[in-house]
Amino acid sequence: MAGANKKLPLWAEAGLLPTLNLLAAFLVSGLVIWGLGEDPFLALSLLVDGAFGFQEAIGYTFYYATNFVFTGLAVSVAYHAGLFNIGGEGQAMLGGLGLTLAVFLVGDTSPFLAIGLAILGAAVFGAAWAFIPAWLQAKRGSHIVITTIMFNFIASALLAYLLVGPLQRPGGQMPESADFPAGVGLVHAHDLLAMMGMEFEQSPLNVSALIALACTFAVWFMLTRTRFGYELRVVGKNHSAARFAGIPVARMTIVAMMLSGALAGMMGLNEILGEQLRLIGNFTLGYGFVGIAVAFMGRNHPVGIVLAAILFGALYQGGAELAFEMPNITRDLIVMIQGLVILFAGAMEHLFRDPIERLFMRFRAREAA
Amino acid sequence: MLKKLAFAIVAAFAGSSAGLAADIQPVLLYDVGGKFDKSFNEAAHVGAEKFSTETRISYRDFEPSSETQYEQALKRFARRKADLIVAVGVGYSVAVRNVASQYPDVKFTVIDAIIELPNVQSITFRENEGSFLVGMIAAMKTESNKIGFIGGMDIPLIRRFERGYQQGAEYVNGDITLIENYVGTTPSAWNDPIKASEMARSQYARGADIIFSAAGPSGLGVIQAAKDTGNLSIGVDSNQNHVAPGFVLTSMLKRVDLAVYMAMKEASDGSWQAGHRVMGLEEGGVDYAVDEHNKGMFTDEMKARLEQARAKIISGEIVVGDVAGSNSSH
Amino acid sequence: MDQPFAIETRGLSKHFGDVRANDELSLIIPKGTVHGIVGENGAGKSTLLKMLFGFYRPDGGDILVRGEVVRFQNPMEAMGKGIGMVHQHFMLVEPFTILENIILGSEGGADLNAAKAKAREDLKELEEKFGFDLPFDEPVERLSVGVRQRAEILKALYRGAETLILDEPTAVLTPQETEQLFGLVRQLKAQGKTVLFVTHKLNEIMAVTDDVTVMRAGKVVAVRKTNETSAAELAELMVGAKVAREAARAETGEHKVRLSLNGVYASGDRGHTALTDISLEVHDGEVLGVAGVAGNGQTELLEVITGLRRLARGRIWYDGAVIADEKTTTDPITLRRMGVAHVAEDRLKTGVVESMSARENAILGYQREADFSRRGLLKLKEIAKRAAGYFESQDVRPRNPNLPISSFSGGNQQKLVIAREISRAPQLMIIGQPTRGVDIGAVTKIHDQITELRNAGKAILVVSADLDELLAISDRIAVMCEGEIVGTLKVEDSDEQTLGLMMAGEKRNAG
Repeated sequence: MAGANKKLPLWAEAGLLPTLNLLAAFLVSGLVIWGLGEDPFLALSLLVDGAFGFQEAIGYTFYYATNFVFTGLAVSVAYHAGLFNIGGEGQAMLGGLGLTLAVFLVGDTSPFLAIGLAILGAAVFGAAWAFIPAWLQAKRGSHIVITTIMFNFIASALLAYLLVGPLQRPGGQMPESADFPAGVGLVHAHDLLAMMGMEFEQSPLNVSALIALACTFAVWFMLTRTRFGYELRVVGKNHSAARFAGIPVARMTIVAMMLSGALAGMMGLNEILGEQLRLIGNFTLGYGFVGIAVAFMGRNHPVGIVLAAILFGALYQGGAELAFEMPNITRDLIVMIQGLVILFAGAMEHLFRDPIERLFMRFRAREAA
Repeated sequence: MLKKLAFAIVAAFAGSSAGLAADIQPVLLYDVGGKFDKSFNEAAHVGAEKFSTETRISYRDFEPSSETQYEQALKRFARRKADLIVAVGVGYSVAVRNVASQYPDVKFTVIDAIIELPNVQSITFRENEGSFLVGMIAAMKTESNKIGFIGGMDIPLIRRFERGYQQGAEYVNGDITLIENYVGTTPSAWNDPIKASEMARSQYARGADIIFSAAGPSGLGVIQAAKDTGNLSIGVDSNQNHVAPGFVLTSMLKRVDLAVYMAMKEASDGSWQAGHRVMGLEEGGVDYAVDEHNKGMFTDEMKARLEQARAKIISGEIVVGDVAGSNSSH
Repeated sequence: MDQPFAIETRGLSKHFGDVRANDELSLIIPKGTVHGIVGENGAGKSTLLKMLFGFYRPDGGDILVRGEVVRFQNPMEAMGKGIGMVHQHFMLVEPFTILENIILGSEGGADLNAAKAKAREDLKELEEKFGFDLPFDEPVERLSVGVRQRAEILKALYRGAETLILDEPTAVLTPQETEQLFGLVRQLKAQGKTVLFVTHKLNEIMAVTDDVTVMRAGKVVAVRKTNETSAAELAELMVGAKVAREAARAETGEHKVRLSLNGVYASGDRGHTALTDISLEVHDGEVLGVAGVAGNGQTELLEVITGLRRLARGRIWYDGAVIADEKTTTDPITLRRMGVAHVAEDRLKTGVVESMSARENAILGYQREADFSRRGLLKLKEIAKRAAGYFESQDVRPRNPNLPISSFSGGNQQKLVIAREISRAPQLMIIGQPTRGVDIGAVTKIHDQITELRNAGKAILVVSADLDELLAISDRIAVMCEGEIVGTLKVEDSDEQTLGLMMAGEKRNAG
């Protein structure tokens, strides 16, 4: 009788459905590619090979995935508290700013201290940027979806202002900061593996991937094992019950959003402190928004988010390789393929869910008979 | 591992079946504006196509979707043993510096930026000189004595266009009024034709009857506004006279096509050299465009004055002012 | 007659996973009769109705309307076959007028005014035939529940309903409104309509139906002619065993005042004055019942006592200490620690978190107690053990604390909630609607538990919309109307008639 109310077994829920969604997305993409006169099977094999076929590709895939883990977790923590944080983009930008300021503050004196401060700075600035919409939601009832979207624009304008103004690289024309002082940056995976005697091709994959994994575990632990996580979920599911249980809803809203913002802010660790080693105006590149898709595809479960993040990392990296290899497949087409995956996995999830559920029900009924 | 590498190399050469194995492998990287922007990037594309048709050597190109992909793209092609990587756009400066120092065996040509490395050729233009001439044209043609300028991203490089334009206009008419606007301060300013068109309409409303836009794809919005309001515009980089015949007075040509063509050609015949090349009026790097779409708007007298000014600029009699830091050097 | 049955079902079945919500139901509902359907919560009544009205598709069996097999894909098709339904929660757009609501979905063209004019004509006829008298041009939000319900019925008739399904129609009505409804039902019958009357109140079945079908665990267990059966027999059929007599109330004598309210005023959510000068006392060893038509301040009363709403004026004492006045409120966690337990009036909205498991719900409100968490970490084993204990002591079924609470029947949910709230031996219990949406078997058990707590010297305040319930368990009954206490009666001096008049504000009684 256990699990009688669950309509689908775990393997179908977590494995079969996502696979079907993915296949559907690839099928439609394949038709478009075919329509453009390219071989869709070759394109798919290039995509897969470009994402996992060689060490460098794997490095890139996981490098991108790291961004999505941060932003996906950010979305999911807020979601568990019943909040739709669309501001991951802006919070990530501010996280990057906080990180950069920390680096320039102490980078020349102590690179080691700078890295520590940078991680803190990223989290604190991201959290602070989420605090304002959270406060407005909790105390004034301003809708968090609207305010966080607005705060993305403000963050972008703020960063642009700073990067063509006080923070602009001396003599530079583009909105980017000066290079970080030597020695300030996160260790790359290939260097780390080399230290352990393993050879790995160069890639931007760096230590922040491990930080992302640590955050994943922390979020899981927080949600399932702590009283705070319990109260956060109660607030997320039912405000009235939360008040009944003596949980301060407003404060919880604010704290959850700040945690969410901190996670989004830490995305900058990977991009800025891990690879670019300078602050670039629009380094977030919509990763904050992709985080929404990642969180939903991962069913807002930390493990699911990591898997979804790897999928999106593979799409980004494999997609870039595909665009390199097939001139007919432009960057816009890659965006379309990514969009289709989001569409099928997120928005049109029920396309397959309902028939599969019916199939399982019929199967069970026959078994029972 | 070896197999993977072999696959990668084969894949990289897959498109080059037209050329011989001994041919060089040139690569062209556009900036975020995209290949067919009818302006800067398209000019680069035209140059590479010309090289390819002439020499029957094929080239590969790539449109990054963001500035953060610049380095990834450069590294990728450098690692796959491209002979020459041409990167167009000032945005590439830091990325080219980083990657070129890592791959000293690969040749890099960067356009609009100056990178002082032994394997980098930097090509910059004297946009101010070309702008001087179109400024003269605008001043000779205006009826309201007011002309406009719309820049894309507000950076020294684009200020240089404005400087030359203003100087040229004042050279013709000391009392002329210039109205100027910039679309933005970030790279997104290149891709905002809507906003550029709003600005153009506002300038026309304030009395300007000719607007010069140095704004990449955003400039198409200015041309559209000229067409909608029945005024004139001046195109930039590529010859944009055909975009709205009768409403584009002329275009300030920046011969990125020539620069790309030359870099690839030199690399294929072995005469490629690192260092800084400046392309001004004298070198044919900048000019104003006259073709069947706009020749009716030019009188012989105008042409004579323009040619006179051209000679004076080349001889040094007229010094066109510049803006510091227009081509970042790293 | 060649079409003898308004509705017939043959072997109708519906499964949800392993749960057989309806198992081979065969019903016959002759035309022009009022047919009652009774059953506990979870007996499968709602599932049956939803299939009849096209919300669900049957997994097996047939539905016949006037002898013809139908396969409804959606409610529109059911309406097309002359089936109308009045839901427990009305489907009316509140800012719209009655007329607009009635034509909603059958406007028949872009010209709304023409549609309205035509509808007005058609409705006149229906009104006269069935004896309605509705204010067509009033927005629904300004109307009483009884009027809204009649609007719903008229709406169904306007759509050509021959058979009307009324789902728990009296749950929200005053006794007077209930009487009016019965009158309307009889009128409908007299005009040849068929009515399917679904309820769990047996006296209503006895009062208004011709036949009654009893459901239990997804099956039809009995069909009776109403005049050949009794409430007692039906109750027995519903629960499958003789209903145990409720526990006797012991004499508890005079005890100290546990809770007292003095001149309490409070505002409601819409800013209106919800409570006006409320003063009351609850003693140890006493059950104070609070009666009233829903929306007359009972919700706000519960909230001010349990720390969920601020007072505008007045004072509340608990055990001799002030717990709330216009400046202070005591938060729910502190109140629980002081010995005040709260069974929330709206279980699904407030008392539990629907999508969470029964286990997680078992600590709601007590999550900060040392038993359940230490240094911020949940004691998962302890929580599981406690939840299992509640399941055992209250006989909650199915015995699986890991299921989401929403998959338990209302009665089982409420048993769990009560187990949670009495687990820390509270001195004062504040209980809202103790048996709302709870099946008969559980009702008795819950009433017994309340009486036992009372006998053990606890102070209990019960707010209920069910007068029978209050009469059964209270020592005294306070009646609220428009935010005021219009009178307090000893239970010995109260009867439904008096209380009903007081609830309607027509009679006052000094307490």
